[in-house]
Amino acid sequence: MTRPDLSATAAPAPMTPSRYRVRWRRQDLDDTVTLALEPIDAPLPSPESGQFNMLWAFGIGEAPISLAGTDGDVLIHTIRRVGGVTNALGAAQPGDEIGVRGPFGTGWNLDRAIGRDVVVMAGGLGLAPVRPIITDLVARREEFGRASLLIGARTPEDLLYRDEIEEWRSHLDLDVEVTVDSAPATWRGDVGVVTRLVGRAPIDPANTTAFVCGPEVMMRFGATSLIDRGVPADEVFVSLERNMHCAVGHCGHCQLDALFVCRDGAVLAWPTVEPLLKVRER
Amino acid sequence: MKSISDLLADHPFFAGLPVETIELLAGCGENVRFAADERILTENDPADRFWVLRTGRVALEVDDPPRGPLVIETIGPGELLGVSWLLPPYRWTYDARAVEVTRAVALDAACLRDKCDDDPILGYEMYKRFAGLVRDRLHATRLQLMDLYGNDAS
Repeated sequence: MTRPDLSATAAPAPMTPSRYRVRWRRQDLDDTVTLALEPIDAPLPSPESGQFNMLWAFGIGEAPISLAGTDGDVLIHTIRRVGGVTNALGAAQPGDEIGVRGPFGTGWNLDRAIGRDVVVMAGGLGLAPVRPIITDLVARREEFGRASLLIGARTPEDLLYRDEIEEWRSHLDLDVEVTVDSAPATWRGDVGVVTRLVGRAPIDPANTTAFVCGPEVMMRFGATSLIDRGVPADEVFVSLERNMHCAVGHCGHCQLDALFVCRDGAVLAWPTVEPLLKVRER
Repeated sequence: MKSISDLLADHPFFAGLPVETIELLAGCGENVRFAADERILTENDPADRFWVLRTGRVALEVDDPPRGPLVIETIGPGELLGVSWLLPPYRWTYDARAVEVTRAVALDAACLRDKCDDDPILGYEMYKRFAGLVRDRLHATRLQLMDLYGNDAS
């Protein structure tokens, strides 16, 4: 009797991981790596930029990781090693197998900014989830107005995707500003908090759509800076991070008031997010 | 070639001021240029002017001899360099160095203070604007101190 070829079946149920193999691994920073994952089983549906996958380190656990890009069926994820699961994922080497569930959540939907000026603000590892927006923006440059990329990091050594930032800077029609919180005098770039870059962005604020990603407090003050500059609040989009477990809106671990961030987010418009971030935890 | 009045009128800090006020302020100003790496001001020296930055970039630094100069903040076009001229003892708190070729309008502090003393309405307007500048920089500094990116994860 012939055994059924399970790898050829349709996309699995959302709680069942598909097997992916690490095609390549890049050490970005001391604690941060990027993995390119190619499907072993049938590939998962194509993700939108801004969505996330649940990555399984078999035998250890799973963690929600934002999509940093795609290359055909290959998924690209950038992972900071901060705990048991992300340490195991970050230690994976080419050829190792990783389980993937997804894609989950809402995307950035860059199309909403067609014909408008665009600001992409990213802080720290927040550059990973907006990377697909930037690559799309570069590829479809003629569909948008002026475009500004505002990047913040802790120090020059903590800047993610340095080679790509240099490449983005080579585009004459893309304004790329980089700032760090502290630096030695040998650093020739900007020093200061990323929100200060908003004032320099060459945009028409009323006709601007902004995508903001980074630590929550940075997004809060970043959104405020953009709105103070004149960007409409409902044209500011942020990506929330919460304790996602099931990723399909059942378990409630990521619940934020009436929202399930895994299902209703992670990308949300600022007017939806703002009142929720003001709720103080007791 | 633009006059000092034109350059001030184009700068966001002076946005909305009447033409006659801009011309009054311009009487205290002169065009200046700094080469890359040129020292602009030195900690504890008299704060006798401030600069309206037009192009380039300036680093505010603290010299810590064991570690060398540490950059606190950089400022660029559309911003101002120097607030210590506003209040006694009129001495610079930090060093400042042009990171790249920088062009600015330098405004003489004693000249401007005299004009503010002579015209309290002008003085109030200038101090309100500088108070906003100081507030924004204090806010930014507090965010820097929070070490925003210390524990973030994707």
